[in-house]
Amino acid sequence: MTSPLTLHNGETCAAGEVPLLAAAEFREEVLQAVEGGRRIAALFGRPAGGDRVRLAAVLANGAEGTLALTSADVEKSFHSLTPDCPQAHLFEREIAEQFGLVPEGHPWMKPVRFPRGGAAVTDFFRVRGEEVHEVAVGPVHAGVIEPGHFRFQCHGEEVFHLEISLGYQHRGVERAMIEGREARRIHLIETLAGDTSIGHAMAYARAMEALSGARVPARAQALRGIALELERLANHTGDLAALANDVGYLPTASYGGRIRGDFLNLTALLCGSRFGRGLVRPGGVRFDLDPTRAAELVERLDAATRDVGEAVNLLWETPSVMARFEETGSISREVCEQLGLVGPAARACGVGRDVRHEFPYGIYRFFQIPMSTWETGDVFARAHVRWLEIQRSIPFIREQVKALPEGPARADAAHPLEAGRLCVSLVEGWRGEICHVAMTDAAGRLAAYKIVDPSFHNWTGLAMALRGQQISDFPLCNKSFNLSYCGHDL
Amino acid sequence: MFDVLLARWNQGHRTVGFPASPPALPDRFRGRPEVDPSKCPAGCRDCAEACPTGAVRFDGPSPQERPHACPPLVWRGRTTDDPGGESPLVVRPRHTDGGPASGRAGEEEGEVRGGGPGVQIDLGRCLFCTDCVDACPQGSIAYTTDHRLATRAREDLIARPGEVLKLAAALDEKARRLFGRSLKLRQVSAGGCNACEADVNVLNTVVFDLGRFGIQFVASPRHADGLLVTGPVTDNMRLALRKTWEAVPAPKIAIAVGACAISGGPYVDHPEVHNGASCEVPIDLYIPGCPPHPVTILDGLLRLLGRLDAK
Ligand code: SF4
Ligand code: SF4
Repeated sequence: MTSPLTLHNGETCAAGEVPLLAAAEFREEVLQAVEGGRRIAALFGRPAGGDRVRLAAVLANGAEGTLALTSADVEKSFHSLTPDCPQAHLFEREIAEQFGLVPEGHPWMKPVRFPRGGAAVTDFFRVRGEEVHEVAVGPVHAGVIEPGHFRFQCHGEEVFHLEISLGYQHRGVERAMIEGREARRIHLIETLAGDTSIGHAMAYARAMEALSGARVPARAQALRGIALELERLANHTGDLAALANDVGYLPTASYGGRIRGDFLNLTALLCGSRFGRGLVRPGGVRFDLDPTRAAELVERLDAATRDVGEAVNLLWETPSVMARFEETGSISREVCEQLGLVGPAARACGVGRDVRHEFPYGIYRFFQIPMSTWETGDVFARAHVRWLEIQRSIPFIREQVKALPEGPARADAAHPLEAGRLCVSLVEGWRGEICHVAMTDAAGRLAAYKIVDPSFHNWTGLAMALRGQQISDFPLCNKSFNLSYCGHDL
Repeated sequence: MFDVLLARWNQGHRTVGFPASPPALPDRFRGRPEVDPSKCPAGCRDCAEACPTGAVRFDGPSPQERPHACPPLVWRGRTTDDPGGESPLVVRPRHTDGGPASGRAGEEEGEVRGGGPGVQIDLGRCLFCTDCVDACPQGSIAYTTDHRLATRAREDLIARPGEVLKLAAALDEKARRLFGRSLKLRQVSAGGCNACEADVNVLNTVVFDLGRFGIQFVASPRHADGLLVTGPVTDNMRLALRKTWEAVPAPKIAIAVGACAISGGPYVDHPEVHNGASCEVPIDLYIPGCPPHPVTILDGLLRLLGRLDAK
């Protein structure tokens, strides 16, 4: 058996260098890698001529900071990994849906996004029994949120099982990345998950830069880091406010809702858009930070820092809040590892998973933000990890603004993409690991573009967190994950 | 307890002065564009080529603009393609991309629209990304910090040289008596990116305090006076949007927020989407942007209710 090819984050290789194994070997290889501590960062197919589909796996090893790549051609069906490797389950369903392949032995073979319509028109897992009842919620929810369908199997208040059926937001992003006009690509990326515009744009920009051999000025790297951490601050603050709201604790809910906006407005100070639209572009950033603007940013950041500290600390001091947060929606470390959860959800289970540390890129190669973990895996842990991260992102931003490297914020010329190459680009978005895999064909055109939003890994985590919980705690558990529907649905 | 009171004191009163005072917007904010075709060299189409969505046009729809026909929707064995219940109270400008729109006061029927040849920007498709500005060697296009963008008719969203944008007029007297002091909206998110949703939701925070205008988002369409739609309406959300619309008791209004809901936005002409909410509901108010700034949304809502001067 050939050993898999390993890359670092943002590195490229010739597309032909990725080992092409027999299907059985590929399966063995992936299982062994996962056994040996690797995690499936991406597992996807692409047409390989005729009826053949080439499966490719990106296997991440955080301790080593390497990404192993391997592939195999399959036709009609393949032996499912899922029974031996649960974290493959949604990837295999996606492959089955996209290519009509059958993953033999997959325990729960269902559509993922319903690309041919009829979302959630499918069989759900059912618990039978006299006092068992089913609750169906969505796609249109009570709040101002994205659509998704949740099917609970309940015994009284207790949830035995939750199944989540998505796909309502499917708008063909991956397909359009390849088939559509180039001018639209960056906008598809920025709106892939609109609250993670910076995170996804960074992953895309880095992939394009690597494939074209462009060098990104140091100043742009620092500005990207500032923007990415501002995005984290805004979203984490918003999540803590929303968690407070879900337990009816209004002081933090209302202050936090406002302070989230204060952070968003800092991103708007930088680039005019609260969501960072238009900031990150291949080659650098489109807006520079002049000294006056930098001074204003720091001043407003200081004010927001004071406010957020005061607002959030009220949570930990309020027994009625803590009573709702603690031991609600717990996930064990084992389940977290098996499902391959990422981001704050994984770190809240004591699993030190953070792309900024494991696969450092850009500015994070030179400046480290301490990793934040907690052990309990419950709503409290997911809230507390966010709070720790808020406190650690702020000094990072201050430091970057102070030590902003001189020079241009964007490389001069755009280079064409090199032919026949492949790049894996990981970024730690505020929800966790963002993975983009880009590949060019012999003419230097984009031939494959695979996107894995952190939500794709984590939705199953939410379903598991609900087991044995009161159904009335669903909003709280849901908020503690705050996953993206559109990022999942693409 | 003392900490709670201290925090309350420290956090102060933070509701914006808008609409009484002008909104504080960042200097790099990209609002209403202005075009000056006098600077354009003959035949230059650089801006249109750079535009991701076909929002830049010359003398009519951009060549990138293709007519989108929604296939009929089959529901409960019925094939229906007519948007649901018409309100007898509300005079609706119907979606008439490119053609003359009803409800344009002061415009004579059959009159050829002014503006003449030259670069125009369809704000319904625009992402306010300024790629066109970067592409233009002459500086013919400029994005101002003017946040006022909402209109009542699809046609009014075309920014033409030398023309002022025809901002949204208020609902008629009868509708205003119904909704003017209390408007309950159900939000439907139909395939967008969640940024429009986020900046609609932010209106509920203490910063914008939407409740002070009597506008409220409600949990059920049965409690609502209308829908606020975001997203390009994916095929998978179309039926849900239709059902939600039909569940709102008449008379009712519909509001499209964001480029997606108006035209399909960044996903315009993807086979997976239906190019905006007008495939299912008749739109009374268009609020452009990607996403629109919360102030732009609030401005649009207040104009519709006749609570802002028509300036
Ligand atoms: S700002 Fe609007 S018109 Fe200009 S390129 Fe972007 S989408 Fe097109
Ligand atoms: S209009 Fe833009 S911001 Fe709004 S949902 Fe669509 S892509 Fe997102």
